[in-house]
Amino acid sequence: MLRESTRTPDSARFRKVILAGDYWVDLVRKGEHFRIVDLEGNQAADTLLFSAADPADRYSFVDTLRAQRNVFLSVGSRLLSTAGNMLAEIVADTVGRHDTLGGACSTESNTVRYSLDKRTMHACRDSFVLALVEHDQFGLTKRDLTHNINFFMNVPVTAEGGLEFADGLSGPGKYVELCAAMDIIVLISNCPQLNNPCNAYNPTPLEILIWGP
Amino acid sequence: MSSEAIFHEALIEGGKHWSLTVRSGVVLRLVDVKGGANVGMLFYNPCNLLERYNAPDTLKCQHTFKLTQGHCLYSDMGRIFCSIIADSVGWHDTVGGDSTKALVAQRWGEKSYQSHRNGWTQNGHDSFLVEGGKYGLSRRDLAANVNWFSKVSVDEGGAMTFDSSNSAAGAYVDLRFEMDTLVLLHTCPHPMDPAAEYPRAPVSIQLSKAARATNDDLCRNSHPENMRGFVNTELYRQCTCDGV
Repeated sequence: MLRESTRTPDSARFRKVILAGDYWVDLVRKGEHFRIVDLEGNQAADTLLFSAADPADRYSFVDTLRAQRNVFLSVGSRLLSTAGNMLAEIVADTVGRHDTLGGACSTESNTVRYSLDKRTMHACRDSFVLALVEHDQFGLTKRDLTHNINFFMNVPVTAEGGLEFADGLSGPGKYVELCAAMDIIVLISNCPQLNNPCNAYNPTPLEILIWGP
Repeated sequence: MSSEAIFHEALIEGGKHWSLTVRSGVVLRLVDVKGGANVGMLFYNPCNLLERYNAPDTLKCQHTFKLTQGHCLYSDMGRIFCSIIADSVGWHDTVGGDSTKALVAQRWGEKSYQSHRNGWTQNGHDSFLVEGGKYGLSRRDLAANVNWFSKVSVDEGGAMTFDSSNSAAGAYVDLRFEMDTLVLLHTCPHPMDPAAEYPRAPVSIQLSKAARATNDDLCRNSHPENMRGFVNTELYRQCTCDGV
């Protein structure tokens, strides 16, 4: 479902461009809106959410999908935690569909998916690990890295149980906007993947904007 | 299929939990004794509990949403915990997640241990916390689990549907372990099961020894990705405490 936001960039309290291969991690307060913009199109924003008060209670794709009885995320999707609490809700979306089945790339999964000699290529889970080590005030480690959302990715499921990696529905300037339902830690890796045609082998920047409640 | 006799068999009643460490080279057969079973399962590396089953990695590298014969179950480190070497069902779920205390209470009503003894209504989430806790695991270590014998299909619009008729009495699936693996399991209901009464389907677990996967092995060759997964796993097995 498509819905544009009424918020304008000039009223945002925070704006930051995340370059491909970089991460962003920060606290977003209850009631704040945060937007992820796909600046050049078909980029993947690998995203994890944690309850700031209880980080062991974190985004759970299985609970989120089961509650909405649908495998795609879009406007109205309530992003649930393992304990069934709402972390955030998608309130605007100019793409229409986002993936949360495909997980994040890692150097280890790259060896399986592409070639053993890809083992040293940069990957989202390396960015996640670095983010947590460099921001140890959050008390998170590799142990807390669970299954993520891939904003702007399109991964349809066939009736026969196949999984496809289809051309993205995103494009330059398209965005998704979430409203935090509690104080949350947001961790985003701007995917550095160079082996996948979904981004035309060309990872590009994302922008984060945050508005106060 | 298993090449040797069963060395251990355990019957797990419906709505219960268990855990065990399984050596590489062991085949674990799950049998849906009466039909309609669900077995929630999670996998960890006993030498490094931070290495755990990763459903998205498993699905995307084999371009599948369901699990069945020929598929391998991957850790987050690019290694294979186990391979599905035989399956009489055809579709097992790893996206439906787990039942919780709140879900069981809302769907079927909570039956306490005080009032119902062994007939209490346990849930999958708490079952994993109990079994995982025995090895030092906690909420932070949980991951998306497998639901053996359960089917959740998806239509073009993304809608998810649970199939109550997926597994019949006598159905089985054989898991050949490719590395030493800590297995947490429960027989609590699938969270999307629409049954009117709390489902209690018993499952038989049969352990036997298998020959190591050969070069023409079905699971190794079902996807080029799995050939590389086997190389990663073999490297690990030859270099670590897991060596056999």
